[in-house]
Amino acid sequence: MEVSGLPLSPSQRAKLASAGYTTLSSLSAVSSQQLARGTLATTRHFINPSFLGFHRFQFLPARADLNVSNEEALVILNVVMRSSRFSGSDRAGACIVAGAQSAWDMLCEEEHNKHITTSCGDLDKILGGGISCKEVTEIGGIPGIGKTQLGIQLAINVQIPVGYGGLGGKAIYIDTEGSFMVERVFQVAEGCIEDMLRLNVSQFKNLETHKEKMHPNTFLANIFYFRACSYTEQIAVINHLEKFVSEHKDVRIVVIDSVTFHFRQDFDDMALRTRLLSGMASKLMKLAKQFSLAVVILNQVTMKFTDGSFQLTLALGDSWSHACTNRVILYWNGNERHAYIDKSPSLRSQSAPYAVTSKGIRDVVSNCKRIRMM
Amino acid sequence: MANKIISQMSLPKPISHKFAARNVLTAKDALSMAEFELMELLDVGFGEVTSAVAQISEIVCPPCQTALQLMEERVRDECLGSRLSTRLRGLDDALCGGIPFGVITELVGPSGIGKTQFCLKIALLAALPTSHGGLNGRVIYVDIENKFSSRRMIEIGAKSLPEIFHKEGMAREMAGRILVLRPTSVSEFTDSLQQIKLSVLEHQVKLLIIDSMAGLILGDLEGDLKTFKQHPLAWHISFIKSLAEFSQIPIIVTNQVRSQSCEEVHYSFQAISKLEVVSNQERVESRLVAALGIHWAHAVTIRLVLEADSDQRFIKVTKSPISPSLAFPFVITSSGISLISDEGIEVKGLEINTIHGQGYSEVFASAGKSYD
Repeated sequence: MEVSGLPLSPSQRAKLASAGYTTLSSLSAVSSQQLARGTLATTRHFINPSFLGFHRFQFLPARADLNVSNEEALVILNVVMRSSRFSGSDRAGACIVAGAQSAWDMLCEEEHNKHITTSCGDLDKILGGGISCKEVTEIGGIPGIGKTQLGIQLAINVQIPVGYGGLGGKAIYIDTEGSFMVERVFQVAEGCIEDMLRLNVSQFKNLETHKEKMHPNTFLANIFYFRACSYTEQIAVINHLEKFVSEHKDVRIVVIDSVTFHFRQDFDDMALRTRLLSGMASKLMKLAKQFSLAVVILNQVTMKFTDGSFQLTLALGDSWSHACTNRVILYWNGNERHAYIDKSPSLRSQSAPYAVTSKGIRDVVSNCKRIRMM
Repeated sequence: MANKIISQMSLPKPISHKFAARNVLTAKDALSMAEFELMELLDVGFGEVTSAVAQISEIVCPPCQTALQLMEERVRDECLGSRLSTRLRGLDDALCGGIPFGVITELVGPSGIGKTQFCLKIALLAALPTSHGGLNGRVIYVDIENKFSSRRMIEIGAKSLPEIFHKEGMAREMAGRILVLRPTSVSEFTDSLQQIKLSVLEHQVKLLIIDSMAGLILGDLEGDLKTFKQHPLAWHISFIKSLAEFSQIPIIVTNQVRSQSCEEVHYSFQAISKLEVVSNQERVESRLVAALGIHWAHAVTIRLVLEADSDQRFIKVTKSPISPSLAFPFVITSSGISLISDEGIEVKGLEINTIHGQGYSEVFASAGKSYD
């Protein structure tokens, strides 16, 4: 590994390079005092000052001057140590290439991967059991199609106790649009509890005690709500999530409703917008992996002029569309609401109907189930 | 929050000085840069930058509340009132009490359907004393299309609330609370909005009405889309939304309709057979859609469509996070809009998004051209 790839400040990197330290191995045997003095430990023995004195100044003029304090040298060496330890991990399968994981290990891990139900059987089916933990899923659609409804539903469903086939987790809801209506959350929670109790009525005789535990208020208390009023705040929340989640380990879903709003309004510099968005996406992806939680990003739609006609497409442009693992588009198909898997590495593209009822997202009640292949 | 000064955040001294020296003064400046850009700019290591960014983020991060706390807050506010009743019982029930505070409520409909009538009435209602169910405050009425009529407003008041308006001097006091602005250009509108923001809290402004947003843009929206320009009112959309949020007042905005000749817009994956397209074109020669486009539609929290279908006018809730899609038949009388029935008709599927204009098509044909 090269020194130029180390997470050091540019001037420190430049100093190291000009002092002759270009690779990690060249730094591995150096003490902090040596580094601070700026003499290369390995070369010192071979150079006889009386014999090579003249040449030394000619060939190695910069080596003598790293010009950093002892403390700074220590910091540099710490970074070096960490970087070299990273590349020498002793995980199985990792001994060949640093940081790698075998496909078999990944498969075993995926088997244990949890899903959060959407409360709509057809939708769960095409999603492979629901919204997947450890992944970033983007959901988009026109105004009024039910994006916020789905977001609220997921924030409730993640809390279904393990005994009822759920995850028993908590939810973080980041609201950028102000469309989070707590009355509606209460309704959805009631609907969810009602369904749970009905399905399990034979299993649990002491219904009363369960009702106690299953009050909608308990569900509301487990949703952490952030209201971001500008894109700066939105970025700040997402930066802060890592710390927040490590303090609240039972969070299993992060819903961002919507990622688009602030970024659509106040941006002239599109390159900056793309950079910020991709930075945000990579943080979210890391978060999803690290804490094995689901990240759901809601997105708006925009009109795009292609091939001489207008088409609907999700907002924020082409580079953003690479940011999420899965992309689901909600749309009107005749008189039904449908969800379509637009992009996913493991699921096939298909669509399924869903309905928004007073209790939340549910199956379409019509007689036949129609899952269409597209 | 976004403009918090970094030097006041008690970051470690050296890095705080570096931020100042590089003219990265506010949280917004710092968070608008990727970590690697900051490393280059400040000339510090990755570790220092990430810890500084984490610290800034934590300070700027809005406070966390649980949904339960929000609920309790809402219940507390309920006593102070968090909704403005429209006095149309069916509609109030559907919206959990009326027009909510802190968000944008939009009225869409063809010209002459009754949007302005609705606005005049609601302006009066907000001006009423609290004892009569009003908000006892001032109302700012941004009248872009020159349609505001004080005479009609007083008439509505006298007919619908006789007990108040027949009191001596009451009409004068109520009408005195309604301030009408008539900006003629987008830049004037921008100025007024900024002034409104300053005076909302100071002068007891309890309602803002903008009639209508679409009247401001004469240009062709689709043309802008083709050239990938931003929405001409992008700034206003976000400003109005944040104004609602910040001042916690209801904001009502009306929007026009325009006719769209082509068939419905689809996603690329929605394969449409040729046959379907042809039949669509025969059936809908001029479909009505809300002006201002999809960008604006995403910003409103509640959308009410006023429409006419077979000589009957309807007011329809088409977008709302709490209410299902319901349509209420209404008539316009001398006392303003009144519902024929308080029982809403549930609207399903595509019907939700269509705007009917039967019996009005001739009006649209001519009006359509002027703002299309």
